[in-house]
Amino acid sequence: MREHRALLFGPILLGALAVFVLLGPLIWQIGPQQMDLGARNQGASWAHPIGTDQLGRDMLARLMAGGRLSLAVGLAAMLLAVGIGTAVGVAAGISQRLDGPLMRVTDLFLALPLLPLLLIAAALFRAPLAARLGDEIGLFALITIAIGATAWMSTARILRGEVRSLMQRDYIRAARSTGTHNPQMVWRHILPAIAAPLGVSVAQGIATAILMESALSFLGVGFPPDLPSWGRLLFDGTPHLGTHPSRALWPGALITLAALSATVLGDALRDIADPRYPRYHRK
Amino acid sequence: MSKRSVAASVAIALKLITPAFASSIAAETGARGTDGTLRILYWQAPSTLNPYLSGGVKDIEAASLVLEPLARLSPEGEMIPWLAKDIPTVANGGVAPDLRSIRWQLLPGLTWSDGSAVTSADIAFTYRYCMAPGAGCAQAAKFRDLDRIETPGPLTAVLYFAQPKPFPYGPFVGSQTPLLQAAQFADCLGPRAPSCTEANFAPIGTGPFKVTEFRPGDAAIFEANAAYRMPNSPAFAQVLLKGGGDAMSAGRAVLETGEFDYAWNLQLGPDILAAMATRGKGQITTAFATLVERLTFNLHVPGSQPPQPHPALSDIAMRRALSMALDQEAMVAFGYGAAGRVTCNMLPAPPAYASAANQGCATQDLDGARDLLTQTGWIDTDGDGVRDREGARLEFMFQTSTNAVRQDFQALAKEWWRQIGVATKLRAIDASVFFSGDPGSPDTLEKFDADIEMFAGASDGPDPEAYLAGWACDAAPDAQNGWRGQNVGHWCDPAYDALLDRLSRTADLVDRAALARQLNDMLVQQYVAVPLVDRGRVSAHANSLGGVQINAWDSELWNIADWHRLPG
Amino acid sequence: MRFYALRRLAMALPTLLVISAVIFALLDLAPGDPMAQLPDTIPPDVRDDMRAALGMGRPAPVRYGLWLWQMVVVEPGIFLGLIPEDAATRILSWQTRAPVMTQIAQRLPQTIIVMGSAYALGITIAIGLGILSAWRRGGAIDQAGTGLAAIGYALPPFFTAAVLIYIFAIQLNWAPTIYDTTLRVTGWDSLAAQLRQMALPIAVLSLQTTAQITRYMRAAMLETLGQEYIRAARAKGLRERTVLMVHALRNSMIPVVPVIALGAPQIFAGAIITESIFGVNGIGQLLLISLRAGDLPVVQTVTVLIAALIVLANLASDLALPWLDPRLRDA
Repeated sequence: MREHRALLFGPILLGALAVFVLLGPLIWQIGPQQMDLGARNQGASWAHPIGTDQLGRDMLARLMAGGRLSLAVGLAAMLLAVGIGTAVGVAAGISQRLDGPLMRVTDLFLALPLLPLLLIAAALFRAPLAARLGDEIGLFALITIAIGATAWMSTARILRGEVRSLMQRDYIRAARSTGTHNPQMVWRHILPAIAAPLGVSVAQGIATAILMESALSFLGVGFPPDLPSWGRLLFDGTPHLGTHPSRALWPGALITLAALSATVLGDALRDIADPRYPRYHRK
Repeated sequence: MSKRSVAASVAIALKLITPAFASSIAAETGARGTDGTLRILYWQAPSTLNPYLSGGVKDIEAASLVLEPLARLSPEGEMIPWLAKDIPTVANGGVAPDLRSIRWQLLPGLTWSDGSAVTSADIAFTYRYCMAPGAGCAQAAKFRDLDRIETPGPLTAVLYFAQPKPFPYGPFVGSQTPLLQAAQFADCLGPRAPSCTEANFAPIGTGPFKVTEFRPGDAAIFEANAAYRMPNSPAFAQVLLKGGGDAMSAGRAVLETGEFDYAWNLQLGPDILAAMATRGKGQITTAFATLVERLTFNLHVPGSQPPQPHPALSDIAMRRALSMALDQEAMVAFGYGAAGRVTCNMLPAPPAYASAANQGCATQDLDGARDLLTQTGWIDTDGDGVRDREGARLEFMFQTSTNAVRQDFQALAKEWWRQIGVATKLRAIDASVFFSGDPGSPDTLEKFDADIEMFAGASDGPDPEAYLAGWACDAAPDAQNGWRGQNVGHWCDPAYDALLDRLSRTADLVDRAALARQLNDMLVQQYVAVPLVDRGRVSAHANSLGGVQINAWDSELWNIADWHRLPG
Repeated sequence: MRFYALRRLAMALPTLLVISAVIFALLDLAPGDPMAQLPDTIPPDVRDDMRAALGMGRPAPVRYGLWLWQMVVVEPGIFLGLIPEDAATRILSWQTRAPVMTQIAQRLPQTIIVMGSAYALGITIAIGLGILSAWRRGGAIDQAGTGLAAIGYALPPFFTAAVLIYIFAIQLNWAPTIYDTTLRVTGWDSLAAQLRQMALPIAVLSLQTTAQITRYMRAAMLETLGQEYIRAARAKGLRERTVLMVHALRNSMIPVVPVIALGAPQIFAGAIITESIFGVNGIGQLLLISLRAGDLPVVQTVTVLIAALIVLANLASDLALPWLDPRLRDA
């Protein structure tokens, strides 16, 4: 029973955060960019439950907007990372020919020190992407691609191992002998079989992406103040820990909660997929 | 006259005649090296102690504990003889009447910290060191106008200029161009300059301290120079100059925890600084020079080849309306607090150069701005809140570098301009790209791929001629000259150029000041650029540290020989 | 076995070469300019001269080739004493004009001491916590340990650092806010001061390490404790402590050791943020400063060194596995 409860903790928390950022603005009407120069640097009050920043913008509204951005980046980057990882892992697992080169490429990426490269890449591609897609979408694309392109390797490795052991299974060999082509093999047999580790990757990918985005914002290559994410809000609020701690504590807590709930979800999924896991009905 | 007043006037006279001694009167109370260790924090760590190889302010200031120039600039922007006996002028015969040479006399008995004598050969050598081809000397611009240096005597150096220079006090005045010891740097000329690591990291100087240990990018340890010329000075036996971190932790270390005695350049929000100062452990000092944060308008259509005049911003009424909509007092209060002052001049200092003709700019006048725009034909015909004329929307792209205060200013300007019917798109570019001057990058200050830009500029020293020449017609960056030049808005006025020409031929300081004020007025009243904030240098020091006189014209550590520990 | 090792080593070299070329290309293409931080009073042609003096004018392949030569031949030669110091040009930083290797050598001890201690502490706690959690699965320690691991993983390190600094350094004054890089340990007092200033960065980093490794340790212990031979050992009457420490722990370490080995080079890369916040003058801070200043030689050299360490750690853990687990040894 205890484990059953733990399984629900992750998705419930994530769901609550999603409701907060998506439905919140419908209830709380102040915009995140609205400046009230007479009400700067205020603490909590009825008008501004989490206070205002140095230009009089409402922090609650900014947290909601920031959450939309952070969760969107988390989702998008995770999809990109898991997508690439799945493609590479399954391909390497199925084909002996591709296994060697694909794993070498994976090793290459794993050997790269990520943070400096992310900083360089962000500086490099910001302008062209902004020119092509417009400022806001360009930046979103930049951060998403930056995180997604550097977080796929562990998924690829894990899935390659799973697929390789799968390929030895009898029913796969049987399918092969009846002439099933590779695409069908993947779609019909392999993907369903690796659903469990894939699910774990998805959950952990969300956590990693959210944390990476906040790290990038902290180092200054993330989102700007007029399009803030939780990471940016944390970065802006940290100097004010002494005077207005809520400005840093709230975004930090929300980032932690989001990453935590995704991690717990991933752990729960992994525990469920483990055949040795004691099912509560197995008494 | 009573004996007391005679003594007083003698003291005053002595102060005037030998200004080099005046600054040490504060330090005379203690003996040399009795006050222990002075701990200074520069949150941008110095990377070398040779100001000729670096040019960065942090490196120049770290070196100023050891290396000294012939003359320094006081906090008010006036020249003080330092290693020189006095300031040469036309009146005392130091500057030739044809303005082509200047004669500097060294103080007698000066020695380097290793005991050898300072001679005019060191002055001539320093010039050769910087101008040697392949050295990449950062201060080359200061020596560029020199033709040669002659040394008629061991303590006399005569600098000859190629052209008559009304203001010949460029080389060897201020901490950017101190004296180097010829013997130490003899093998470091030209391309060999960077490889003389020992000399670059531990230069021998005449200053109150000498280098004990230097870890580039991290910390430097200095000890009192036993051969320093002022008796009983410096009061501190050792200086630890630590670098690294950020402005926040630097301010904290002095104002909240008391771990350090002095923190340099605290670029922090005014509320943060004020909160830290209330702890009572330290105080904040500010000094102002000529650093002015300004808006510049692009008078060409951005990116147009050949350049087209800007349809909206070419009109002075439009520029004026945009300027009127800004509440500069609010901007200064929010962004800088005590670290900034409202200014309506591009040239706010020294006092003689500050024009009094531009007082009305600071207050916000939204109605006046709206009326101006309506009069010039910009009316909101389609009710979307943005004015238009002949089918074109009144929308501007406003760019600046990434910086918290600049982003706040952008947000404020966008809001105020929205209230007068002007739409604004904001862009923030990383500082290392924005200020790189890279002709291949579209995002530099010079490329100006936007309608409005915001940045800060300053004059190099109290004489504004080179600074004001930045708005000449030929100082505009364009594709032909590799996008070099300070006149990024592409403003051109022959009358301005003519006045500049007169300035370059005027020697009398009072006349120069009058011309500078006129030039400033032209810039401001034609709304070529809108001055926003007179930005000061902000630093903090512990309450127990005495003798600090923050100086925005020279190194902040210019009088470190006089710093001492206050009793109690 | 030896063949395998040599083959892996031989494959590691081209990997490193490709990595260094990729990094160099990225750095070269990236906008930004080491001269951008200079005051604007320095005119552009002077900046040009400064750039030329740094060697920035030469084409990229030439610079890469030169760097490669310096990295592979010159620097090791000078280190081993085979080449005298001024016989060849070393890799020079664009900011300090001093050899990059000197700076790295100056900063390496701090990183190893502070970040290394944090890693070691984190591993120790993680192993202990993992053992206890698995031993009493579902108990109070397990719940607390798992919770701590989850939270520790989810907390951004700069957030933890900021809060810890605020509480311990500013409010309580138990630790300094600025790391004193000139502190020399000469006696008990200075040792105490050094420990005090290391306390907060170690706390932040070890929290992260503990969080990551505890999960692996716990899972490995759980798997091992379910094995038949553990039941047999208990049935033989061995003390629980012997069962845990001698039998279970040794076998659980097999999957955990690669994780620890792979995480070791991350000490350098992952410590970038922590070192910057606390002002520890280590390699991570050097990397960040040089990135911001556009100091290409330093960034290039440090990044490739970190990559080399990662590749070597990868190799070491791959080679250590057969040694740890006899079942993996080839006949």
